[in-house]
Amino acid sequence: MTADDLDGQHLDGQRHFDELLANEQRVEPTDWMPEGYRKTLIRQISQHAHSEIIGMQPEGNWISRAPSLKRKAILMAKVQDEAGHGLYLYSAAQTLGIDRDTMFEQLITGKARYSSIFNYTSPTWADMGSIGWLVDGAAICNQVPLCRASYGPYARAMVRICKEESFHQRQGFEILLELMRGTEQQRAMAQESVNRWFAPALMMFGPPDDDSPNSKQSMAWNIKRFSNDDLRQRFVDMLVPQAEILGITLPDPEIRWNEERGHYDFGDLDWTEFHEVLAGRGQANSIRVERRRQAHEEGAWVREAARAYADAHATETERVAS
Amino acid sequence: MKTSHVTSTAITPESIAEVGTVAPEAVALYALGLGDDALILAQRLGEWIANAPELEEDVALGNIGLDQLGHARSLLTYASSAWGKTEDDLAYFRGESDFRNRLLFERPNGDFAHTIARQLIASTYFDSLYRELSTSTDSTLAAIAAKARKEVDYHLDHSVQWLKRLAGGTEFSHKRMQRGIDTMWAWVDELYSADPLGDSLEGIAVDPRTLRADFDALVPRLIIDAGLQVPTTPQARGGGRLGQHSESLGPLLAEMQVLARAHPGASW
Repeated sequence: MTADDLDGQHLDGQRHFDELLANEQRVEPTDWMPEGYRKTLIRQISQHAHSEIIGMQPEGNWISRAPSLKRKAILMAKVQDEAGHGLYLYSAAQTLGIDRDTMFEQLITGKARYSSIFNYTSPTWADMGSIGWLVDGAAICNQVPLCRASYGPYARAMVRICKEESFHQRQGFEILLELMRGTEQQRAMAQESVNRWFAPALMMFGPPDDDSPNSKQSMAWNIKRFSNDDLRQRFVDMLVPQAEILGITLPDPEIRWNEERGHYDFGDLDWTEFHEVLAGRGQANSIRVERRRQAHEEGAWVREAARAYADAHATETERVAS
Repeated sequence: MKTSHVTSTAITPESIAEVGTVAPEAVALYALGLGDDALILAQRLGEWIANAPELEEDVALGNIGLDQLGHARSLLTYASSAWGKTEDDLAYFRGESDFRNRLLFERPNGDFAHTIARQLIASTYFDSLYRELSTSTDSTLAAIAAKARKEVDYHLDHSVQWLKRLAGGTEFSHKRMQRGIDTMWAWVDELYSADPLGDSLEGIAVDPRTLRADFDALVPRLIIDAGLQVPTTPQARGGGRLGQHSESLGPLLAEMQVLARAHPGASW
């Protein structure tokens, strides 16, 4: 095969890829794809998977202390769903040629990123409400468009994940609603928690559009469908009426309806804090990664045993078969 | 007169509360013991979530815990009907000596092998228990048991698979599995000992002593087939059903109940 043949294949591949995108069709693992597209997806999908896994911690924190058995059951099921989401997403990333061990290694050595929101802590039960309502709410705004992402395995994983996330958001809303209908202490607990989570949740959409270097290429590749600021606006528009139902005050005095724009205006966010947390200086960055690393290291002997047993078993099966 | 019945496929704590069958006192005490067994085990299994050796086990142990919690909720809801209370009154507002769980269930998780050993013993017991209880003349208990039994079948399989893997994996995992089963073995006799309610519930309750033969026929064989030694651990004094607990239950309850107790009368 000559260099010209390779160039020819590359050109055919690129043409096919461009056609798929132009026709809003899906790119599948066996299709040719540009290296940049593959790398971007590996980064995005693995970060998303890591976020699900790390996100188990702030909620797992309340499983043992959930204040009713029904809430305990809902929370256990939710945290379990998150582990499940992590598993589908790692599988989707694996179709791009990276293995789970490598991704996990990147997570526990602190090389990979995950959503900064999970570097905030959950000191009160009301945080289970805020995480559901605000964090899962923001995640849904981000993720619903991903169900139409150009990469097939990712888009299909997102369909299932979004269904479960919208369930989680409703459960979070219900927790806050119950608190707001409760005692004075419970209402104060809910308000205090929303005060803490509101701005970090808005920052989950990423930096403002004029400061988001990778967005443009991701949009050209039909991975990202809406800009960070558009999604953030959509989220605020969704929250304001829900906050009214809850009777909770969103901690931003500048929120008001803008008739002309047909959207709610809201105040500037403290992007210094965002960059601080991103740089590893949040409340819990080192705690989250350390906890995962510890579980992974303490469980190493179990995984080794399972591998050794499977290998011995495979050898035995081969011997019997031959 | 109420004609609605709780059917086994649809039974939930909510449906039990809604149908509103009031358990007779002795039946309620029996259901309370079984409910506490499941609740305390669920609480222990919940401790593994986000700490398991691999993600699949976060899901599996979480799932088993969630099933146990479901059994606990149904049993405690039914028990609470006798005293005009709720499942949460029973779970959150009783002290240590009012808990009636058998002692195996409050054993700390230990390492993964200890947890698997505890689960193997527990699931073997539940499998026989719910099989027999599903024919109870108390239709609510029978319905709860019939549903639980299908779930427990999977829990037992999970424990057996891990028993084999750990026993037959590496030298290190083999030792750990042996130690896990040796440790948890101490609470087998109590698990299968007579219920303090005695024979007052004939046809309604299951006498655990009648289930011991299932355990003796299954578990030692599984242990030997996995290449381990059947433990000779001296049996611990029981007393869980009388509210006599080990030092491990207090901290578990303190954690479980702390928030609910800080807000008495609140709903969540």
